[in-house]
Amino acid sequence: MEAGAPRAIIALGLEGSANKLGIGIVKHVYPSGIPGDAELSPEYVELANVRDTYNPPAGEGFLPRDVAAHHRSTIITLVRQAFEEANISHKDLDCICYTKGPGMGAPLQSVALVARTLAQVWGVPLVGVNHCVGHIEMGRAITGAQNPVVLYVSGGNTQVIAYSQQTYRIFGETLDIAIGNCLDRFARVLMLPNDPSPGYNIEQYAKRGSRYIELPYAVKGMDVSFSGILSFIEKLAKTNPDKYSPEDLCFSLQETMFAMLVEITERAMAHIGASEVLVVGGVGCNVRLQDMMGQMAKERSGKVFATDMRYCIDNGIMIAQAGALAFARGFATDIADSWVTQRFRTDQVHVDWRV
Amino acid sequence: MAEQELIRQGAEARVYITTIDGKQAIAKQRFSKGYRHAELDAKLTRGRLNQEARSLKRCREHGIRVPDVIRVDKDSATLFIEFVSGPTIKEWILASDNEAREKELMASIGQILHTMHSFNIVHGDLTTSNMILDSEGQVVLIDFGLSQVSFSAEDKAVDLYVLERAFISTHPNSERLFATVLESYDSSDEARSILKRLEDVRQRGRKRDMSG
Repeated sequence: MEAGAPRAIIALGLEGSANKLGIGIVKHVYPSGIPGDAELSPEYVELANVRDTYNPPAGEGFLPRDVAAHHRSTIITLVRQAFEEANISHKDLDCICYTKGPGMGAPLQSVALVARTLAQVWGVPLVGVNHCVGHIEMGRAITGAQNPVVLYVSGGNTQVIAYSQQTYRIFGETLDIAIGNCLDRFARVLMLPNDPSPGYNIEQYAKRGSRYIELPYAVKGMDVSFSGILSFIEKLAKTNPDKYSPEDLCFSLQETMFAMLVEITERAMAHIGASEVLVVGGVGCNVRLQDMMGQMAKERSGKVFATDMRYCIDNGIMIAQAGALAFARGFATDIADSWVTQRFRTDQVHVDWRV
Repeated sequence: MAEQELIRQGAEARVYITTIDGKQAIAKQRFSKGYRHAELDAKLTRGRLNQEARSLKRCREHGIRVPDVIRVDKDSATLFIEFVSGPTIKEWILASDNEAREKELMASIGQILHTMHSFNIVHGDLTTSNMILDSEGQVVLIDFGLSQVSFSAEDKAVDLYVLERAFISTHPNSERLFATVLESYDSSDEARSILKRLEDVRQRGRKRDMSG
């Protein structure tokens, strides 16, 4: 194929599907133009990635209306901050990407409204992005993993995903609650602070725990179930606080749930013959989970890829990243179609930037 | 012990072909996983070894075609079972162009699962790779490591859901195949209530709030 003229795409990404508000700006460079038929792998230049998190008081979860109010009051400041950091003008933008879903309704709406407004005021195309696909594309861009099995673990999601035929197919997932939700709820039982995140505080407690307390272990094929574990451990914590220390409970909870996740990930890897695994989503920051995954991968002569808090926790640049790839393939969202949805499955997206 | 030939290195077991009393047999040796806490690992390895042997025996008692258990060696965490030769159903479907025979096999799988569930055996890891088509054209279920005895409609519905998901991810555009499995499964009042429950399990998957 003849080399085309160089092309760059600069994308603004707005993410607020849960309690983090993230604004990111990414620049994709295609030195010989956008290839018509090959997989898109532009040079990645990070221009800005800023975030502000809404934290409810200890013992409480976040409510959609409070989160939406946080996003509304913070978003203009944060967008300005992103442009300052990037040192560009809105005139340099090729597209504005926003999270279409999945997520909490009111927060999603409050961010989409700003995206829609900016797109019209500045006359820039809008790109609706699937939040989960944003995580996957961000993880690939940062780690360089080529075709990994993806474990996506966060407050609302627990999925084992693998790419095939322009779709991120879900091989395994939770049958009830997400892992992050389970950790958050147990942190509330122990009254651990929500700052910086409940999961982070569970992780710190777990580091000081050593006694393994037997908990239910529920793997069904490539799926997992966490609700039984949660009610079991809640009961232990509430009825026997003297017998079971919070440290040992956190330790045992992590050991059990992470073993389940590693098991289904390994099963998916064996199933499709993959050697790479990529961990994304907020729970993916957990070092113990990364270590366990690394050990499993090593035993199979494979490799684990993970990112740090800048990228695995919800952020704006991941939305810009996935949106810019779709935009390069000609995708844009009409203002009339710029709605949001709480339910938007990973496998509903046509991944036409890959082959 | 006779010579062993490794035929499959799975996620948690090595499967060998060996010879016992002059006959070919399978030795399935579970190994420990370094990433797991030692106590959890020992519990899972031991529990699954025993549960697999128990469920295989239980299936056989109820006329469900599974490999015969020869013996269990707890010290080496090895299960010795009858060797069943033949392609897996996954391999068979991928190679098949015979729609009538596909339908016949799917119906037979539905019947087998119905019988298994009616005796409260839940397989726990149903996939088309965990079914073998033997030389007599019968479907043989294998890999009962995640099985359990359960009376609950929920567990049985999840068993079917796991198989449905395996069909979708392994055999794209195979909706009609799984539909045939369910049609033939639907042969009693209990089966009907399990299928109704399957609807709930599916809905839970799709409607779950996936924020974050």
